[in-house]
Amino acid sequence: MRKEQTLTWWGRFVDHDVTYSFLHSPVTVIASIVTVLMIIAAFCAPVLTSYTPFVPGSLNLLDAFMPPAWEPGGVSEHFLGTDGQGRDILAAIMYGTQVSLTVGLLSVLLSIAIGIPLGIIAGYNGGWVDTAIMRIADIQLTIPPILIALMIDGVTRTSLSSEVHELVAIPVLIVSIGLASWPQYARITRSGAMVERRKDYIAAAQLIQTPTALILLRHIFPNVVGPTLIVATIGVAVAIIIEATLSFLGVGVPPTTPSLGTLIRIGNNFLFSGEWWITLFPAFTLVVLVLSVNLIGDWLRDTFNPKLR
Amino acid sequence: MFFKSKPLILAGLVLGAVVTQTAVPAYAENVLRYTNVGDAPTLDPHALNSLVTLMADVQMYDALVMRNPDMIKVPGLATSWKNIDPNVWEFKLREGVSFHNGNPFNADDVVFSIKRAQAETSQMKGYVNTIKEVKKIDDHTVQLITEKPNPILLDQLVNIFMMDEEWSKEHGVETPQNFSGKQETYAVRHENGTGAFKLESRDPDVKTVLVRNENWWGNNTYKHNIDKVVWTPIANDATRVAALLSGEVDLVTDPPLQDLNRILSNDKLKVEKTSQIRTIFFGFDVKSDELRNSSVKGKNPFKDVRVREAFYSAIDINAIKRAVMRGMSIPAGMIIEPPINGYKAEWDKNRLPYDPEKAKVLLAEAGYPEGFSVQLDCPNNRYQNDEAICQAAVGMLAKVGIDVRLNAQPKTQFFPLITGKGTDFFLLGWGIPTMDSGFIFDYLLHSDGSWNASGYGTPELDAKIEAIRGIVDVDQRNKMIEEIWIQVQKDMPYLPLHHQVIFWAMSKKLDIPIEPNDMPRFYWATMN
Amino acid sequence: MVNFILNRILQSAIVMFVVALISFFLFNFVGDPISNMVGQETTVHDMNALRERLGLNDSVIVQFGRFILDALNGNFGISYRLQRPVDELISERMPATLELVFVSAVIAMVLGVAGGLFTGLKRDHWLSKIILTSSLVGVSLPTFIIGILLIYIFAVKFNWLPSFGRGEVVDLKGGWSTGLLTVSGWKAIILPSITLALYQTTLILRIIRSEMLEVMRTDFIKFARARGLKSRDINYGHALKNTLIPVITVAGLQIGSLIAFSIITETVFQWPGMGSLFIQAVQFADVPVMSAYLVLVAFFFVIINLIVDLLYFVVDPRLRSEIKN
Repeated sequence: MRKEQTLTWWGRFVDHDVTYSFLHSPVTVIASIVTVLMIIAAFCAPVLTSYTPFVPGSLNLLDAFMPPAWEPGGVSEHFLGTDGQGRDILAAIMYGTQVSLTVGLLSVLLSIAIGIPLGIIAGYNGGWVDTAIMRIADIQLTIPPILIALMIDGVTRTSLSSEVHELVAIPVLIVSIGLASWPQYARITRSGAMVERRKDYIAAAQLIQTPTALILLRHIFPNVVGPTLIVATIGVAVAIIIEATLSFLGVGVPPTTPSLGTLIRIGNNFLFSGEWWITLFPAFTLVVLVLSVNLIGDWLRDTFNPKLR
Repeated sequence: MFFKSKPLILAGLVLGAVVTQTAVPAYAENVLRYTNVGDAPTLDPHALNSLVTLMADVQMYDALVMRNPDMIKVPGLATSWKNIDPNVWEFKLREGVSFHNGNPFNADDVVFSIKRAQAETSQMKGYVNTIKEVKKIDDHTVQLITEKPNPILLDQLVNIFMMDEEWSKEHGVETPQNFSGKQETYAVRHENGTGAFKLESRDPDVKTVLVRNENWWGNNTYKHNIDKVVWTPIANDATRVAALLSGEVDLVTDPPLQDLNRILSNDKLKVEKTSQIRTIFFGFDVKSDELRNSSVKGKNPFKDVRVREAFYSAIDINAIKRAVMRGMSIPAGMIIEPPINGYKAEWDKNRLPYDPEKAKVLLAEAGYPEGFSVQLDCPNNRYQNDEAICQAAVGMLAKVGIDVRLNAQPKTQFFPLITGKGTDFFLLGWGIPTMDSGFIFDYLLHSDGSWNASGYGTPELDAKIEAIRGIVDVDQRNKMIEEIWIQVQKDMPYLPLHHQVIFWAMSKKLDIPIEPNDMPRFYWATMN
Repeated sequence: MVNFILNRILQSAIVMFVVALISFFLFNFVGDPISNMVGQETTVHDMNALRERLGLNDSVIVQFGRFILDALNGNFGISYRLQRPVDELISERMPATLELVFVSAVIAMVLGVAGGLFTGLKRDHWLSKIILTSSLVGVSLPTFIIGILLIYIFAVKFNWLPSFGRGEVVDLKGGWSTGLLTVSGWKAIILPSITLALYQTTLILRIIRSEMLEVMRTDFIKFARARGLKSRDINYGHALKNTLIPVITVAGLQIGSLIAFSIITETVFQWPGMGSLFIQAVQFADVPVMSAYLVLVAFFFVIINLIVDLLYFVVDPRLRSEIKN
């Protein structure tokens, strides 16, 4: 079983006709456009909409439960209708997407930043290093992320004043969710690294006394990172969904600054009552967002996977 | 290739297996399928004073004094009672009554049950702590002797269920559950009452089955035709409603407000409603010298009644009623509701009007023209739409310059803030099982009240509250109750919001009177 | 080999101990059980007395020591909420959860492997694209919304399936109650198990697909083709076998997380398993139930990980030869 090639990430990137591959995958092009548009809509919300759904004083309860503009009773000022607090749904979705994207992306980055290095080190070294890292991962995996977040949230709630707590609520969520899911990445990279280190090219690299760090970075990392990317793209969705679940339990983002997940959770209460727009529009946004991110992830993986070339 | 169509084949198999209509079994007997949000933790009638435990027990156990659907006190296991001395009540017991295991009911069981309710581990002792002695006169006569006159003894006895002394001794449950013991006690999942239904099976959180007690003394008084009750709690709101809509249950006593229209649009279902004995209000910390979480340092703005009045004027209760409560609440000007003794409609119906301009003026007069910031502690799983009420209030207060940070959390984290008196500004609801103002005075308005997180109270008021505990003269007592309320209405330590309304959604086949305690009695029901 | 297993069992014990320790510290923040255990009329004095009886006034370390000592004797204490021994409660609820997890795992494995093979072998087939895209929709929504939607469609609209519960159960010997022997039991398990399996199906499908894509391009498959082996033998005999290491890793992890994920599914469908017991315990701050549940889940994880590691040796001969040396 000979290794086909051992180029570095960067080498492959330059080598590869990325543009060609991208343009010949219409699905990826559409997904990218949608993702970029959503990111722009999310982070430019203050410019794009005059509503300030996160400022309680600007809400008027008299505007509550307005249907979308094209339904009887709807008004064009609230194109997608309003929720039970009189919040404009379209504006709430834009701001909520911002919160969800921030929580989703940063928490996955955090788990990757912890999980992949630990997984590679464990898999490559084996022995007690492996044992120690994997047992810590086991402990971590055993406690559901929901509980880890409950604990971290509880600690910060009791140890910080509520003013500070409100400021750190989102970072706390990111850290809780990020911490809770690093073992997945560690375990997957570890199993890859265990297989990889037995291969001849690694032995060759060791023979010419390549520094271990370099072996890990240039040889092991590119070959084990593929499967983690699959988990990572779904991981963004999972992080957003865990965040929604936490708000289900009352410890997510504050209800006055709802994320996409929180909007769905709140709207969930109105599913049977006829105010479908409160849930369906945020839910639709979430589906489109997650789908686009995953489709881009698929393309990236297929394109950059050394074994598929 | 075979796997090409495998997912389709599987999907077909799954569908094929399910496309058989779930037939509603034809019951020869009348089975009432009931659901609510959660099960009774224990069936022991004295171990836990919670609504759902009382609700479960009232089907199987009887008290000396009971209530009819109009909340009037009627004979239960006692057929008559009289006050032979201000401190002595004599009860004539019903004859020929037997427990579910066949043991006869007599005066010894009454003595035993009241003593059991007074035990250290009992949670019902608050209802019987004025009783000094229980005396058996003969097999069917007992006397209750109180330390001092107790005007609400009969109301308290409604909640004290009668147990069988022999059965309790036989199973080692002479006292209620003591948590330090590591074993389950027999009375947690078994019963031996005299009541309308017998326990057939019990699987806590999952399914409890009750069957009609053919020998119940009340079968002639309450002509119910329920042969069996199947109680399956469903914790999730939407699922509970779905179970009703799909015809899997006949009665839901706690449907979410927003789903009522959906339920009413189903022609097999109906909704009964009545005003509940529970009022929702905001409370202010009027005692501390400085608030815990506020921009105001060195002083407590809530000590100034003008600030409290400003908050009151800033709340648009009708908007909350319309948008948050879906029209299903009764705006309140008092923190008690009919039929509580002490209630006055002229106060309750005349809330301070919604007037944000006046609120700003009052705040400026009090020295806060720019407003200030404060934290609102709010439960998010206790009262009807509690978190949404708080959110709406945050928006309204923001319009008069008050920057409110909402701290909404589950009741396990919220209630310690109240009983530990660690909150500046909070949402609370209160109900009164004794139907008398004295109850709320003791807990919420006396300086030492265990739930008085506002810290409100003056020595004069405390003295009056303590005095009415022992006054039997109805007129004199009611006059003092009124004096206390006049003071409280003026001081506004609590900002009344609304009285809750309760709803029971049910199949049109079912008739069951709804009552303000939110406790269905299945022996009042009929099915056709 | 025996040494290896013994070593892992020892490590597992340490894992469970640490889980117990961490979960114990964590419970300080879940809330105060006392306010749930008493009515509003209870005096502060009585509340303190109850707190004393429960030993809640002791330091966390003392409480933890007591918990470990009792647990070693098989005594997990008594539930604050249901006032019954915790081990009894959990063993009553365990069959429901394990049956749900089992059925979900089977669904996820069958659909995931079938879908993964198809999309991996027929990369450019239009059906592959549909399968891949639609598999993502299912994981783009929170579980509770998916569950509610399924209930709405299949229970409320069509009245085909029950919206809650486990149907009729049959008690087997040894305290195991099963819903898999009755028609109503099977009907009841369909919606929750599909809800629970969605995420795992997508994950397994995508892992298998990507591994198949990689393996199909390796030299040994090319050689096999060149030697004229039947494509069925190549696909299943060689290619699939080589995708197994990551699949086993992920599947192992996922069975564990099925148990954790079942918390939400059980709540939505009122499934009477350990997950709904746990969530009610959290809401009640029922510490003994929470501790026992977490230690038990830790035990499951540890066992699954052990099996996963042993399976590596079965499927990968290189690892086998290494341990012998």
